[in-house]
Amino acid sequence: MSDIETELRPIVLHGRGVVGGVAEGEALVTRETISGWGGVNAMTGTVIESRHELKGTTFAGKVLVFPGAKGSSGWSGVFHTARLAGTAPLAMVFTTMTTKVALGCVVMRVPSVVDLDRDPFTLIESGDRVRVDGDAGTVTIWKRER
Amino acid sequence: MVALTEAERAMADGAEGAAVAKAMDLLIRYADALGAERFVETNNVAGVPGSSTPWLKNYYRADGGDYRAIFSRFDLDSDEVVDVPRMNAFSCHLQGGMDPSLWRDQGMSEAQHDNFVYDEGQVAAHGIQVLKTCTPYLAGNVPVMGEHCAWMESSAVVFCNSVIGGRTNCEGRESTSAAMLAKRIPDWGFHRDEFRRGQNRVRVEVPVDDIFEWGMLGYFTGDAVQDTIPVLDGAIGAPSLIRHKHFGAAAASSGGVEMYHMVGITPEAPTIEAAFGGAAHGEVFVYDKAARARTYEQLNAVGSNTDVDFVMLGCPHYSVEQIAEAARLIEGRRVSANSELWIFTSRAVKATADASGYTRILSAAGAKLMTDTCSSISQAVPPGTRVAALDSAKQVHYLPAIMGIEGWYGTTADCIDAACTGKWNGRLVA
Repeated sequence: MSDIETELRPIVLHGRGVVGGVAEGEALVTRETISGWGGVNAMTGTVIESRHELKGTTFAGKVLVFPGAKGSSGWSGVFHTARLAGTAPLAMVFTTMTTKVALGCVVMRVPSVVDLDRDPFTLIESGDRVRVDGDAGTVTIWKRER
Repeated sequence: MVALTEAERAMADGAEGAAVAKAMDLLIRYADALGAERFVETNNVAGVPGSSTPWLKNYYRADGGDYRAIFSRFDLDSDEVVDVPRMNAFSCHLQGGMDPSLWRDQGMSEAQHDNFVYDEGQVAAHGIQVLKTCTPYLAGNVPVMGEHCAWMESSAVVFCNSVIGGRTNCEGRESTSAAMLAKRIPDWGFHRDEFRRGQNRVRVEVPVDDIFEWGMLGYFTGDAVQDTIPVLDGAIGAPSLIRHKHFGAAAASSGGVEMYHMVGITPEAPTIEAAFGGAAHGEVFVYDKAARARTYEQLNAVGSNTDVDFVMLGCPHYSVEQIAEAARLIEGRRVSANSELWIFTSRAVKATADASGYTRILSAAGAKLMTDTCSSISQAVPPGTRVAALDSAKQVHYLPAIMGIEGWYGTTADCIDAACTGKWNGRLVA
């Protein structure tokens, strides 16, 4: 097979759907957990935490790939508000289940997947195109040409 | 799929009214997201039910923009508006948006205050206790060991699990509001024995024996173990409620710690073996002299200007013991003309501070004792604030980021001194 074909063939990860639905978009990847209240500005969908690697970056309309939630119990409320403000991520892929992130996914009503069979952080980079299928529990990745 | 009892099925089908059915619908979606197999019953719920900013009320103006609309659409995440009855569980309102009398000093408008008064009236009318604090355990809601709770507020959650042996996950606004009606919460996480065991170890090699040191150790611990359960042992001395309060708040902020064990100190850790429940000891982190110095520098990384124009104490809300200490430190001194000192607590504790004369002493020194909220929650600092001094690792983690200001972390005495001199002189004493 040619290099082109290898590049075009998507990678499919299998996990557990947290919230159903299907969404496809550009990935935004961080290996750092995200604080909701006090760590995110819901009105702009931007990470504001002082030492976070995504500080100043917006997740609005992106497929957010991250380890999970940390910090205040206001997590769901902030991401719920982001949904109302139109700044929520398009979908969520995460690796550590907590009550904060579970409730956040539920009230954001975005397709979300956890418990993947392979490490999303080594396979997905920011800018890749990703489809999250919360019903099937799959994440499909098309690598961006680099 | 979460399994429902007959009673839960009936609630979900509307036998107890539309609001309870909507609450069950949300709780079922939440339980399925978690992968929980059943619910536990709870009669101890603490959240921020129905309280909302004018922005949220305006967002739901087509639905009436009132308490009923907010509670239905936002709290219960319902697509339709339902009548909201009195809550069924023992329910408490945690911190609110402003001081009930000093709100003008906090920069709040008449309209914001009207909104606050309206919401509080609705909270009370729905049978919810108006505790208005992040420290419910200091204001009339002390769980007991083994009690299933549904609490918000990460610092209260970690206190409930670790210090008391109560059982709660770090719930959110929507799950607590729903639990107030349905008296149910997913049987997942800290409600289950196997989830409460230690995962990683923190060996403490420098003496940690006052609130400033406990706060730093908490910040280090959260950073080290992230959202796992640490087991701490070694040179931790003189445990007390306020030291646990600051340790837990810090660990919950720098990581996602929702429960910790301290060997020989916390109730589920009589021995290191009991704390780990037979499981492996995980990674070992050492808190030594170097780690302590690094933590102090980390907490002071957002401070460079030593001209302090604002000092905020009371994160988590001060206990009466801490207010007494602040009053003792400031008695006979005055807050500098270039600075302000705000101290936050609950209304219950403030009543004791009033009766004990501390409020008068603080006021005579030019300090303000405020309730309900804090600078981070309300995004309220004195006008023109550029540099804040704080005795809480949690607050120094949040406030500078939220307000775009500088922040210093130090002892309560360092902070009171900064308030009186307008200068930061804090340093780490070896």
